[in-house]
Amino acid sequence: MILLAPVAGLGRATLALLASLGRMVLFGGAVLGHVLRPPFYWREFGHALVQIGWLSLPVVGMTALFTGGALALQIYAGGARFSAEAVVPAIVAIGMTRELGPVLGGLMVAARVASSIAAEIGTMKVTEQIDALVTLSTNPLKYLAVPRVVAATLAVPLLVAVGDSIGIMGGWAVGVHRLDFNSAAYLKNTRDFLELWDVTSGLIKGAAFGFLVALMGCYHGMNSGRGAQGVGAATKAAVVSASVLIFAANYLLTELFFS
Amino acid sequence: MIELRGVTKSFGQNHVLRGVDLTIPKGSSMVIIGGSGTGKSVTLKCILGLVRPDAGTITLDGQDVAGGDRDAFLARFGMLFQGGALFDSMRVWENVAFRLQRGALKKPKAEAREIAIEKLRRVGLGPQVADLFPAELSGGMQKRVSLARAIAANPEVIFFDEPTTGLDPIMSGVINDLIREIVTEMGATAMTITHDMSSVRAIADHVAMLHGGKVRWTGPISEMDATPDPYVQQFIHGRAEGPIESLR
Repeated sequence: MILLAPVAGLGRATLALLASLGRMVLFGGAVLGHVLRPPFYWREFGHALVQIGWLSLPVVGMTALFTGGALALQIYAGGARFSAEAVVPAIVAIGMTRELGPVLGGLMVAARVASSIAAEIGTMKVTEQIDALVTLSTNPLKYLAVPRVVAATLAVPLLVAVGDSIGIMGGWAVGVHRLDFNSAAYLKNTRDFLELWDVTSGLIKGAAFGFLVALMGCYHGMNSGRGAQGVGAATKAAVVSASVLIFAANYLLTELFFS
Repeated sequence: MIELRGVTKSFGQNHVLRGVDLTIPKGSSMVIIGGSGTGKSVTLKCILGLVRPDAGTITLDGQDVAGGDRDAFLARFGMLFQGGALFDSMRVWENVAFRLQRGALKKPKAEAREIAIEKLRRVGLGPQVADLFPAELSGGMQKRVSLARAIAANPEVIFFDEPTTGLDPIMSGVINDLIREIVTEMGATAMTITHDMSSVRAIADHVAMLHGGKVRWTGPISEMDATPDPYVQQFIHGRAEGPIESLR
């Protein structure tokens, strides 16, 4: 029996994980089910749009700027091994738009937004504000989760688009000022090689990541445990699950779009 | 009239309610007393539908609370939460007028604000408080705002969950008096959960004591002191010795 204990523990953990995934899927379904059904909370939606989109711009922009620059240096150094330094503009642009822009943008939003949503809703739960919403004839899922999820799904692609542009400009700045590329030639090379689908696939990924980030923030916030420890655990779980789901969704979408 | 018949509720192995039978006559003020963890809050949440009972029936004016139009049902209730449960992202007047700004009771913004200010005045707060955020208020003021929110839509039934917890004796007295006045003035049915015996004496028409997941004793406030029930006697006199076990 003692030898079977680890197996039993593994089984319990697997069942708990699957049950948790099931609850998340049901929660996501419930949120989607309310998106097009009135009442619509426009004020909460606008507030979420500013919090998630506008206020995340600096962190996403800075991340993209430094990533674009580092990418240019790496591709130049790697490309030099087989005399392919000229591919720097194209690879920076494709790398930023298809992968790094949406994934790093999504992760930065996960760190900033999933945590704040989970902490805010978790605190509302432990201070009975969610019960108060119910007694005031307001569906907490519709009032708290739907505006945030819709706002994140719309805002993150816009953040990704801005991040892509800043990342490409970061690559351009390093290419021109550090690697002695001709400015006009760098930009022409970028324009010639970049296809519309490179950009749109990244924006679709951004929308999916935004949905997952806000969903995880809301799910863990609404299922927060009691007290400060419960809210802390919910916040941590929101960031971790959003980050893992971003990587998993990124792989699945890349398979779907490019395999 | 609110009636509970055989209401049970368990959380895992913890059997909180074991068959609660209770009648709260229309327009009366019922106060539920009992030790911590005896199921007072769960009883209240079962009536509101925040917690689903495992068995039993709860009716409001003869209609099962679990059926029918939920929004219309909740519109008949107001509730003062233990910690206030004010929405800290909203200004005081927006908290008070929350129900008046959305749903079936929606009113124009200016009218909703006017009603909120009138309700604030009713609980002893001036209009200058209306534009503050809850975090800028003292505990007593937050309780008053929460009370104003509970009565904003003129509900038929008002629940008070530990209305004086965390307040000094003077502020507790003020809140107790306000509750009594408002309930009488509105003709509402009131149900209060409290440990505070001064609240019981100030607010109650009827008292029910919960113990072991059941109603141990219920009767008019005038009969509470004279009841021979040892559980009630121990509780109202705050004795450590008696049938109610206490950890020391």
